[in-house]
Amino acid sequence: MADTYLKLVNAQPLDRVAKAAGLPRPVPLRRYVSGEPLVPGPVLVLGSSPGTQAVASILLEWNLDVRRHLRPKEKFGAAVVILDELRDPAQLSGAFLELGSVLRQLRPGGRVITISRPTAGATAPQTAAARHAVDGALRSLAKELRGGATANGILLGDDVQTDASGVGAALEFLLSGKSAYVDGQFITIGTSAGTQARRRSAPLAGRTAVVTGAARGIGAEIVRVLHRDGAHIIAVDVPAAGEQLAAVANGVGGTALQVDVTAPDAAGRILRHAATRYGSLDIMVHNAGITRDRLLANMDPARWNSVLAVNLESQLRINEELLASGDFSSAGSIVCLASTSGIAGNRGQTNYAASKAGVIGMVRATADALGGSARSINAVAPGFIETDMTAKIPFATREVARRLSSLQQGGLPVDVAEAVAFLASAGSAGVNGQVLRVCGQNLVGA
Amino acid sequence: MNSLPSEQNPTPESGAGAVGKPRAAVVIGGNRIPFARSGGSYAYSSNQDMLTAALDGLVARFGLQGDRIGEVAAGAVLKHSRDFNLTREAVLGSALAADTPAYDVQQACATGLETVIGLSNKIKLGQIESGIAGGVDSASDAPVAVSEGLRRVLLDFSRARTTSQKLAALRKLRPADLSPDAPSTAEPRTGLSMGEHQAITTARWNITRQAQDELSLASHVRMAEAYDRGFFDDLVTPFRGVSRDSNLRPDTSLSKLGSLKPVFGRNLADEATMTAGNSTPLTDGAAVVLLGSEEYARENNLPMLANVVDAEAAAVDFVHGKEGLLMAPVYAMPRLLQRNNMTFDDFDFFEIHEAFAGTVLASLAAWEDDDFCRKQLGLPGALGTVDRSKLNVNGSSLAAGHPFAATGARIVASLAKSLAEKGSGRGLISVCAAGGQGVVAILEAR
Repeated sequence: MADTYLKLVNAQPLDRVAKAAGLPRPVPLRRYVSGEPLVPGPVLVLGSSPGTQAVASILLEWNLDVRRHLRPKEKFGAAVVILDELRDPAQLSGAFLELGSVLRQLRPGGRVITISRPTAGATAPQTAAARHAVDGALRSLAKELRGGATANGILLGDDVQTDASGVGAALEFLLSGKSAYVDGQFITIGTSAGTQARRRSAPLAGRTAVVTGAARGIGAEIVRVLHRDGAHIIAVDVPAAGEQLAAVANGVGGTALQVDVTAPDAAGRILRHAATRYGSLDIMVHNAGITRDRLLANMDPARWNSVLAVNLESQLRINEELLASGDFSSAGSIVCLASTSGIAGNRGQTNYAASKAGVIGMVRATADALGGSARSINAVAPGFIETDMTAKIPFATREVARRLSSLQQGGLPVDVAEAVAFLASAGSAGVNGQVLRVCGQNLVGA
Repeated sequence: MNSLPSEQNPTPESGAGAVGKPRAAVVIGGNRIPFARSGGSYAYSSNQDMLTAALDGLVARFGLQGDRIGEVAAGAVLKHSRDFNLTREAVLGSALAADTPAYDVQQACATGLETVIGLSNKIKLGQIESGIAGGVDSASDAPVAVSEGLRRVLLDFSRARTTSQKLAALRKLRPADLSPDAPSTAEPRTGLSMGEHQAITTARWNITRQAQDELSLASHVRMAEAYDRGFFDDLVTPFRGVSRDSNLRPDTSLSKLGSLKPVFGRNLADEATMTAGNSTPLTDGAAVVLLGSEEYARENNLPMLANVVDAEAAAVDFVHGKEGLLMAPVYAMPRLLQRNNMTFDDFDFFEIHEAFAGTVLASLAAWEDDDFCRKQLGLPGALGTVDRSKLNVNGSSLAAGHPFAATGARIVASLAKSLAEKGSGRGLISVCAAGGQGVVAILEAR
């Protein structure tokens, strides 16, 4: 469903009307296009800790125009604020105020990225206060930015330094158009695991990925993006969706596997197919999901049970078999589709929100169990994404839902797919047990 | 995903040039679109559309995108003259490499099985490494020809040079010539439809209405069960919103079948027993089978379901009433078994195409008949009894429907999968065809 409002307010004569009336003014987001620069201008690196130089080195290695200062009125594409040694709230003002003084020079589609540490790791109240203060400042800044610019943070576990490979992977994702609809979020790098932070055109080359629910919508887009990044694709969907599934598989040189993920032998069939045809399985994307919305007062067992079975129980069962199987790579990545409904709740979606919140619980517990291994499990929680599903929402409700985020528009399936590809990439292996929201900083459920 | 060339000249070691047994031809897998009753969901789909869809589903299942297959052989019984290169055109429209050669075969209802046999022989001889065999038919989108009279007038007219010659040609036109020749299943030499021919045979062998209805019921029940347990998940790809054969009646019963009025044999002296319930309807659909050498399968990490062992064709003189139109497989069978030193006891699965329930039951009765086998087949006694529990275990044409040329590939793929699931044993295929022909074949588990 095309966002007509977005088109209208970005063209004459209504652009001026919208501005004068103070109406929401969403802009087309900067999305990843192969061959285009990573950022739309110089990258400003702010910070005084020793770790600052390591970050600057990563950016320089990527041949970016890295600056410690900007000339007056000089436009820039991104700012990276390094706060990895915060101990006192008083240390915040320097970096944030300096950023503020140049913020008007940030180009549309620009990026602000903070690198700090999680509050949980701090024992001293002062340190915890300083660390958590970043959270509030960053989320507020994200709401202030306009022109499709976003602000996100990277949190480094206490044993992780700024030169860890996960930092490079997260920086690349957040600076690029791949994170277009990720806003006001934090990505935690828990360990130094992962391959070297080197920009590669095919970060998933040689890896085999299963995508469930691949026949259409977000699933088909995940297939496309994982294939773009070099992965072999096994496209899975229910047999009834086989015609579209075959077209998706044929579009990326993959294989179509018609399996109902709720079938007891689903995991076995997926693993057998991957092992026979590709040698092993490296990436499992649990995308298959259904909605059967009803107010709880009107809920029937069929609606409740089918949503839980497809969205949650299938993931639990498949993961159990996957993690016990030698056919699932020792450096395998699992990415599960959650939802902002599972974080904030949504009227009429007790069943759906239960399933998606359940996914988040599952991801965190599984991640703990995977600690110390090279395997990882993470979730992506999409907000309002423009799909066939959201196109069915009544007009007025849909129009309101679209504007209820800092970016004042719905995301696209590709935005979700890019986040999945990021979490599936070996470079982000230090990211484990995370729930990455792709919601344009939705105003609810923060 | 296939790193090796899909088609290559066999080395002398792997080819059949060496003395001794030829190498194996392997059934790797199959694909078909669900069959639909004529005039239904595929009413506006051409043979080329359906064959292309079946090929694309096969390509998706096995990751053959852009691969050059050794040869593709398929055909249609009801064929437009413009489709002279039907299979090649379907290949060009599919996701296969455009440099994949193809040829058309037409042997009435045995077309599909004959393509499997022909390509298997080429593989055994080392002429090709891989092949796709199959067939398609549309009774909905059937060609309608002009009458013989109008055709002659039009040809004379096109050859005429002067106006008076042209007028002379047109003067030969008679009003009756303007009605078109609709396609029919009538035998050209007898004018009788296939059903009327079978009715004679059914009466000759005293096949009861009850026995025919029971066979039909078993076909529906077994095929519905096979769908429910996922047997067809990797054999069928939906098409035009159809995901199961539209002729399939999972809820049919002996009383429902028994309530149908006879449609064939009503002019015979005996009681008419053949109804729409125990005869196959006109059907649209397409099916294909992927065949290869063992080397091809191994090099491309493809499964090997069964070997194509041997086949035999036969024909009978139905024109002069010496034998029933659809009884040729009865004659082919002992020749095939004798050549392979086998009896019915050597088989675990029997796939006898259910053109009509009466065809199957008359064949079984003939093989059990001592007198018939001595006199007609030249055997020392009855050929033997087919264990009914091994007959058409996943249903056959009475349930699925029968798009003439597609049936052979449907049967081969299903039987090969049954053999692979069992892990041992052999399967026997019997397909009757118009023109008093029939083809039988042996598949063997690996």
